Amino acid sequence: MNGLALFGLGIAAALGLGVAAGAADEGMRIHAMLFAGAAIIAVFFLINRIYEPKVSPAGGSDRIDYNDGVVRAGAIASVFWGLVGFLVGLTLALQLAFPVLNFDTAWLNFGRLRPLHTSAVIFAFGGNVLIMSSFYVVQRTCRARLAGELAPWFVFWGYQLFIVLAATGYLLGITQSKEYAEPEWYIDLWLTIVWVTYLLVFLATLWKRREPHIYVANWFYLAFIVTVAMLHLINNATVPVSLMGSKSYIAWAGVQDALTQWWYGHNAVGFFLTAGFLGMMYYFLPKQAGRPIFSYRLSIVHFWSLIFLYIWAGPHHLHFTALPDWAQTLGMVFSVMLWMPSWGGMVNGLMTLSGAWDKIRTDPLIRFMVVSLAFYGMSTFEGPLMAIRTVNALSHYTDWTIGHVHSGALGWVAYISFAAIYFLVPPLWGQARLYSLRLVNVHFWISSIGIVLYITAMWVSGILQGLMWRAYDNLGFLEFSFIETVEAMHPFYVIRAVGGLLFVIGMLVMIYNLWRTIRGEVRAEAPMAGTAAARA
Amino acid sequence: MNYETAAAFAQTGGLIYFVVLFAAVIAFVLWPRNAERFREAAKIPLKED
Repeated sequence: MNGLALFGLGIAAALGLGVAAGAADEGMRIHAMLFAGAAIIAVFFLINRIYEPKVSPAGGSDRIDYNDGVVRAGAIASVFWGLVGFLVGLTLALQLAFPVLNFDTAWLNFGRLRPLHTSAVIFAFGGNVLIMSSFYVVQRTCRARLAGELAPWFVFWGYQLFIVLAATGYLLGITQSKEYAEPEWYIDLWLTIVWVTYLLVFLATLWKRREPHIYVANWFYLAFIVTVAMLHLINNATVPVSLMGSKSYIAWAGVQDALTQWWYGHNAVGFFLTAGFLGMMYYFLPKQAGRPIFSYRLSIVHFWSLIFLYIWAGPHHLHFTALPDWAQTLGMVFSVMLWMPSWGGMVNGLMTLSGAWDKIRTDPLIRFMVVSLAFYGMSTFEGPLMAIRTVNALSHYTDWTIGHVHSGALGWVAYISFAAIYFLVPPLWGQARLYSLRLVNVHFWISSIGIVLYITAMWVSGILQGLMWRAYDNLGFLEFSFIETVEAMHPFYVIRAVGGLLFVIGMLVMIYNLWRTIRGEVRAEAPMAGTAAARA
Repeated sequence: MNYETAAAFAQTGGLIYFVVLFAAVIAFVLWPRNAERFREAAKIPLKED
């Protein structure tokens, strides 16, 4: 296996150098050299690994030797990319409030930084959290070691390379101009290889499970992996202009492309940012609360209805466009129906704490999880509302959409991720508990105030903007010029940037806390609310 | 096959497909013989690591 991997890396390095030599544009040359460089570095680490003395697992034969190395790496990568993504987001918020911060250079202008922010938070932060937690959860709930030895590491490092290629590409101006699918054809091909390996590692681990039943968290993870593979392949069916160049064009054009793009785009929300994180919720919430999920039956109904409804909701992004009316209506109706499974899942999570509500007071991790579920419920209520055509007439293209996305992304996705990372770091580094639960609480309050400032500012700014755009005077002329609507939003942009700053500060508190935890330190502090909230 | 027949097939077929699917999931979930299985499955995360 090692020999085969070395052979593959050799080919990858040669391919990278070959393309770099004959590249049709500067972007492709830089990326080919990056790719070759990554392959050569990997060769060194692989050779190092081959000559490393083999350590046999400690402990009795009944203990499962879980593969936690790759989970640890994933936890570090998640926190690192989270900080990068939040900082770029803060920069963008400040650029909108104070345009001088675009600095008159192409590399740092809003148009190039914006995909860097969305990809960094969704794919780099969210993706690493999902891969890392799925590797942890599938091992624990199957009571089996992760399948393969090199394959999980290939998934981890291959995914980091994808992130670096995508992010540098945006700054260089390489994009296929599809929202959340900006990376060009060769980066898409690379991600396909990584993702299929991820799917195989996950499936092979399920295959060798010692638990007769596949726990529901794994169903959600599997739906996330399989659906993202399908979405990625179809939405990126592009034809490169040249095999040596970075530019490509989609195989279909016009409204077909728009529909495919938003079928992809909305399911990136539905399966990447929802199904995968629900898998985390179904494992970490029962674990931290120390009690089984409220209703396992409801979780199965939640799963099947969510995945069968979500896939149809995409056309609500294309109201009042060239898309046929019936397709718009279809997207709207399925979005409204999604209320039910979403709230079923939220109720299932919240009711797990029934009889143990005091934990919200005493355990800041539970606090993160409960608030994340509350935001899940709120944004999955707001989303269908905004998908209704008449509401969409007001909300679409305004900041209301940005506020909606961030209530889901900051409130739901980031909060459940923070809770999972706080949960995982002590056991992964062999520590009994976190450095400080009180600092977790500080993180919670700083970032919660940040989220509230963010979304309320965007609600007001979005509705204001929408109403100004549709205001007519008594002669039937538009009442406001576009720049007047932009001026009116300035105070809300400043408030939003303050909210973002608080969220970044919260993240720094988290990093400090995790750093001290990994070093094995425990802060001398009074327990939360008078009771010892030490993690079981 | 023209557009109308394709649309009618997809719409009626879709309706039946989703209703049958949902009914099947509900039946599977509420089937009394499965109750014990689900009770056990819910405990999986709480077993010792």
